Amino acid sequence: MLKTEQMVLNMGPQHPSTHGVLRLELELDGEVINSVTPHIGYLHRCFEKHCEAMTYPQIIPYVDRMDYLAAMYNEFGFALAVERLMDIKVPERVEYIRVIMGELQRIASHLVAVGTYGLDIGAFTPFLYCFRDREKILTLFEMTCGARLLYNYIWIGGLSHDIHPDFIRYTKEFIDYFKPNLKELNDLLTYNKIFIDRTANVGILPLETAINYGVTGPNLRASGLRWDLRLDDPYSIYDKFEFDIPVGQGWHGTIGDCWDRYYIRILEMEESLKILEQAIAQIPEGDISSAIPKRVKPPEGQIYTRVENPRGELGYFIISKGQLQPHRVKVRAPSFVSLSVLNELCKGHLVADVVAILGSIDIVLGEIDR
Amino acid sequence: MIYEFLYNLIGSHIVASFISAVFPLAFLVPFALFAVYLERKVSGHMQDRLGPMRVGWHGWLQTVADIIKLVQKEDITASATDKKLFNFAPVLVFAGSYAAFAAIPFTSIYIGSNIDLGILYIVAVSSFVVAGILMAGWASNNKYSLLGAMRSAAQIVSYEIPTVLVILSIIVISGTLNLMTLSEQQSSSFYNWMIFGGAVAGWKKFVLIPFVMIGFLVIYISSLAEVNRTPFDIPEAESELVSGYHTEYSGMKFAMFFLAEYANMFAVSAVVVALFLGGYQSPFGYLGNTTGLTWLIPVEQFFWFAAKGIFFVFVQMWLRWTLPRLRVDQLMVVCWKYLIPISFANLVIIALIMVL
Repeated sequence: MLKTEQMVLNMGPQHPSTHGVLRLELELDGEVINSVTPHIGYLHRCFEKHCEAMTYPQIIPYVDRMDYLAAMYNEFGFALAVERLMDIKVPERVEYIRVIMGELQRIASHLVAVGTYGLDIGAFTPFLYCFRDREKILTLFEMTCGARLLYNYIWIGGLSHDIHPDFIRYTKEFIDYFKPNLKELNDLLTYNKIFIDRTANVGILPLETAINYGVTGPNLRASGLRWDLRLDDPYSIYDKFEFDIPVGQGWHGTIGDCWDRYYIRILEMEESLKILEQAIAQIPEGDISSAIPKRVKPPEGQIYTRVENPRGELGYFIISKGQLQPHRVKVRAPSFVSLSVLNELCKGHLVADVVAILGSIDIVLGEIDR
Repeated sequence: MIYEFLYNLIGSHIVASFISAVFPLAFLVPFALFAVYLERKVSGHMQDRLGPMRVGWHGWLQTVADIIKLVQKEDITASATDKKLFNFAPVLVFAGSYAAFAAIPFTSIYIGSNIDLGILYIVAVSSFVVAGILMAGWASNNKYSLLGAMRSAAQIVSYEIPTVLVILSIIVISGTLNLMTLSEQQSSSFYNWMIFGGAVAGWKKFVLIPFVMIGFLVIYISSLAEVNRTPFDIPEAESELVSGYHTEYSGMKFAMFFLAEYANMFAVSAVVVALFLGGYQSPFGYLGNTTGLTWLIPVEQFFWFAAKGIFFVFVQMWLRWTLPRLRVDQLMVVCWKYLIPISFANLVIIALIMVL
């Protein structure tokens, strides 16, 4: 007699499109997925435990290494948490520079997300276009602090360097350069018929499921909820800028499908450009290091601070016992939460869709494993 | 033709067949080297980079260096593979795509074997590739390879149907299965090419043109699928299946697959060219005729044939670096729901026009 059996397919940790060292255990019925089990931990570096042995400023370089595609924003969040714990008010100029860096970082991070997503779907060229544009942002960062990936730039109470005298001019040039490129990317990939066929109505994340799992960031917004910490829990000076929060509308399929998640990122890049334009126009003169404390020794207490990192709500929970080292640091990593819905999203789809879905939730393994 | 010539020259059947069998290789290997280089350059320039630049002038020796690297590599055979099949598969894949060259007319004086069923022979013999791919996928004992091979078999077998239907409609117009005769029919100027209605006389020619063009599009799309190129490169979908059926292969065996892929790319382009674009015929007439140097004509014919073929290879590359890839089920939908009905209706209409 003929009998069929389930095939267990191991995907990763060495697989071209698991976006890092992630291992997925797929149970297949032919090519149809029955369940997906992510196995994580290949990049685990005991970040949280390490923090307990280091002084606060020493932690910042380690924070960079979590979500290595959005290192600026990780620093931003951590610095913000410690500043709130110590009740430090940073100068206006510092806030502006932080926002500029943060939004540049958001664009850079979304460019990687969008580009590698195209790669997952099989379009190679947009990927390189995205990386070409991201390179310009990295050059801006390099000009500012010398590093291209892991910056150690945003310090507690200030910044490590002031911006380069030409930084504003180059950033303006970048904005002018980038806008037509975004349109080109849309023409090449976003509205491509094959691309839409591959992603629309695939991996639908209903709003309720998203909320139940705690999914945040572009993934949540694609499911239809207008929730962005930059406006809903304002930090720094985000309340000074005019920008929209794009929400998934099921443009080519159902709300919360892969295409929506992809397109939200494109729209967010446009919004980030708006913020950048305003911030650059308004940036005040001033000292950037006046509020940097000589000794970072927060009073006893605890704090949870969250920021809208390119991947969602990045939260830092810090317990201080009034020492130079934190007693405990816990990070709420948005990618970790996003990865947890993978099984829900993949059920009943084909193997080829796993790649499409995994790419659309845009995870960074450095942050998941920490 | 070449065989008879060699036989008369040498007087031995064995030596003559051996030499004539090796003949296309003299074209194919340089072509593959050039095509790999072209692919890298095309992709490079499309992606706003330069492609290979270091080895030789603008990197033109890069593929030679790659071949040397591949030859030097250790030939890894994983322990759980079915060794015989594993080693045989690349040979079979290459044989399948290489054998197709026997019936392709390169010039009016060169064709490997001038058999009357030329075009059907090509369709039949290139199915060897499927067997080889399945063999590779199965023998590798790797789930990714197996998935890739299964997809590939399903895809190639499905897409052969529209291909053959279009070929049939061309046969209806031309009345021959022999590619040499087909090419001869499309002589004198591009006006007589099959894509412009062929050498059919009178009003029929103009009525045929739109249908022949549809046929051309269908066969070109299916030929993309038959050689596993984007948007139909699902069997080796890099982001899903690593590299599909040749994941486990390394060194020279991998190079065989690679060579077969490029040989196949040219073979399908050559078939399309021979069927629709006059084969080796020049679009304008020959310099050899005007100057009286008759030996120049075959050289020109070879040039036109290679140029047309390489142009279509270039289009394949162009598409590859522009489009994303379809999903397995969508691929089948394209074939069964669109291409096959279209090509079938096309065949019926063309047959009706020819009968009238």
